[in-house]
Amino acid sequence: MLWETFKLALQAILRNPMRSFLTVLGVVIGVAAVIAMVTIGAGSSAQVTSDVETLGAKRLMLTPGQARMGPSSPGTTARAFDLGDVDQLESELSSIATAAPAASGQQVVVYGNENYRTTVTGTDGRYLLASEWEIASGRKFTSAEERGRSVCILGQTVVDELFATADPIGEDIRIKSLSCEVIGVLEAKGASSFGTDQDDLILMPFKTYARRIAGSSDVPMIYLAMRDGVSTDRAISDVSALLREIRRVRPGETDDFTVRSMEQLATMLSGINSVLTGLLSAVAAVSLLVGGIGIMNIMLVSVTERTREIGIRMAVGAQAGQVLLQFLVEAIVLSALGGALGIVLGLGLAAVGAQLLSIPFIPDLSIIALAFAFSAVVGVVFGYFPARAAARLDPIEALRHQ
Amino acid sequence: MQNSKVTPLISLRGITRVYGMGEAEVRALDGVDLDVKAGEFVAIMGPSGSGKSTAMNVMGCLDSPTSGQYHFNGVEVAGLDQDQRALLRRHYLGFIFQGYNLLPRTSALQNVELPLIYKGVRRDEREARALEALDKVGLAERAHHDPSELSGGQQQRVAIARALAGDPKVILADEPTGNLDTKRSSEIMELMQALNREEGLTIVMVTHEEDMAEYADRLIWMVDGKVAFDRATQKGGK
Ligand SMILES: Nc1ncnc2c1ncn2[C@@H]1O[C@H](COP(=O)(O)OP(=O)(O)OP(=O)(O)O)[C@@H](O)[C@H]1O
Ligand SMILES: [Mg+2]
Repeated sequence: MLWETFKLALQAILRNPMRSFLTVLGVVIGVAAVIAMVTIGAGSSAQVTSDVETLGAKRLMLTPGQARMGPSSPGTTARAFDLGDVDQLESELSSIATAAPAASGQQVVVYGNENYRTTVTGTDGRYLLASEWEIASGRKFTSAEERGRSVCILGQTVVDELFATADPIGEDIRIKSLSCEVIGVLEAKGASSFGTDQDDLILMPFKTYARRIAGSSDVPMIYLAMRDGVSTDRAISDVSALLREIRRVRPGETDDFTVRSMEQLATMLSGINSVLTGLLSAVAAVSLLVGGIGIMNIMLVSVTERTREIGIRMAVGAQAGQVLLQFLVEAIVLSALGGALGIVLGLGLAAVGAQLLSIPFIPDLSIIALAFAFSAVVGVVFGYFPARAAARLDPIEALRHQ
Repeated sequence: MQNSKVTPLISLRGITRVYGMGEAEVRALDGVDLDVKAGEFVAIMGPSGSGKSTAMNVMGCLDSPTSGQYHFNGVEVAGLDQDQRALLRRHYLGFIFQGYNLLPRTSALQNVELPLIYKGVRRDEREARALEALDKVGLAERAHHDPSELSGGQQQRVAIARALAGDPKVILADEPTGNLDTKRSSEIMELMQALNREEGLTIVMVTHEEDMAEYADRLIWMVDGKVAFDRATQKGGK
């Protein structure tokens, strides 16, 4: 009998396919939105995680002064680091494997007729060690070069912009008044989770940068790589303790420097990410609810429209329970069909979205199951009330309905 | 009348049906006494508003009387709940309405199958029996047409087939020819008469037309919710 009812429901749905489709459109869109949001959210979370892994979860960044939210107040500018600090951090701390200085600025670089604005970073070979970055062609700085020669290593984007397909190794580019020989090209890294292009940079020896471009030997930032097996917390406390000593921060005073870990960054990023996903999913869930109300509305209308049908069915011997079951099954079948359609649509959207955002496409089975179950529940809840209204009718009232 | 010892199939005693309350009260049925025996073909006539349809609906368990006793095949219907009445309709009654009342966008065959679905008849047998019923009304070759593709007379014949398909004891027909021209009406009436004569079906039929009533054996005349007279027709008298 249930199978029979199921077939009857399917028949009733197919008897007016256009109306049936419009009825479930709300649920289709709602489910599709939820599935697409959650799938894309999962994809971008995975992207952040893998980005952080390539960035190096074992990296710390040091900047002078306290990081503050909002505009920095003047007069509290803390003293910059110097190269001695870098060496001390590397040699004195067992938790730190490598320390590298970094000073950066935006500069216009010129090669032939081409010019291009990019970030120029003064650092040394330890930077590549700390960030586990390899050279794609050419070579790293020699120690002689690190003492102040005019050489540079280009990121892939800079190569593309200035040289197109030509080989940049051995060519001279100009940065400000400095003419500088290209000795290497970095391996391409692609976009970071922030969406910034990590390959859009030029590296040169720190001393060259300090003397010829920045005009100061301050070290505005230090990159640290932790030793394997060292916890981030321990590394941070070691670094803080040493820096407080070097910089003579008295006990009780706050640090005049900031240690940031990539892990913190990752947590922050995935935090933002999950808040966003949550918000969008909530919006999508509301649309699912609206879809459900749409079903209820149409079911109610169709009960009125089909009151005569109910009367006829009762006249030929249908019991109230059977009419109830019929409408209920019809509502469930309809919304389950809508749910299935929504899942297909949502996954399709997510796949396209993942492609466009170049994040992995990770369909979450439990969410799919949940969305499907939810749409069926929507059918039960919103199908029940109209069905009950139908089943309560007196046969003659139903039949008299014009 | 004849066979007065046999329990009547339908027996109404002091049946009233009151609509509304107070000032707006309408006594659609006002103490109806009526017996219909198995195998009878009864026509009910009377002026508009005299309670004919109400009486049919009460007999068909589509409506409940306000007071009085209704025995169907010896069972007091007032004691039955909605579901039991549905069962009674399912197994004993077939309806034919003035407006046909076929399901739209549903083939003639599926319409006729409807009572069999609720009787729990299996699909293949259901189809065979529905086809058989359609064949009886001469519409077997229209089995797969929608009601919208059929003429009024054909639609009413589908409705008759539907009433027959469930193998009822009684057919209750409220103005079955009300929407049809004279020629179609006669065809329908001949069909009903044949069913009554050859298959022994009990038929109660409301009509406004003297000519149609003449196909019945017995004529009941209603006025103001009461039975004014109850006599054999000319045919029935013979
Ligand atoms: N649902 C209802 N609510 C209120 N009054 C009703 C209702 N149904 C019928 N009546 C009243 O009951 C009386 C009998 O109605 P009924 O339909 O039985 O008449 P009828 O003899 O079948 O008339 P007709 O020949 O026009 O079909 C009428 O006065 C009608 O107005
Ligand atoms: Mg009437």
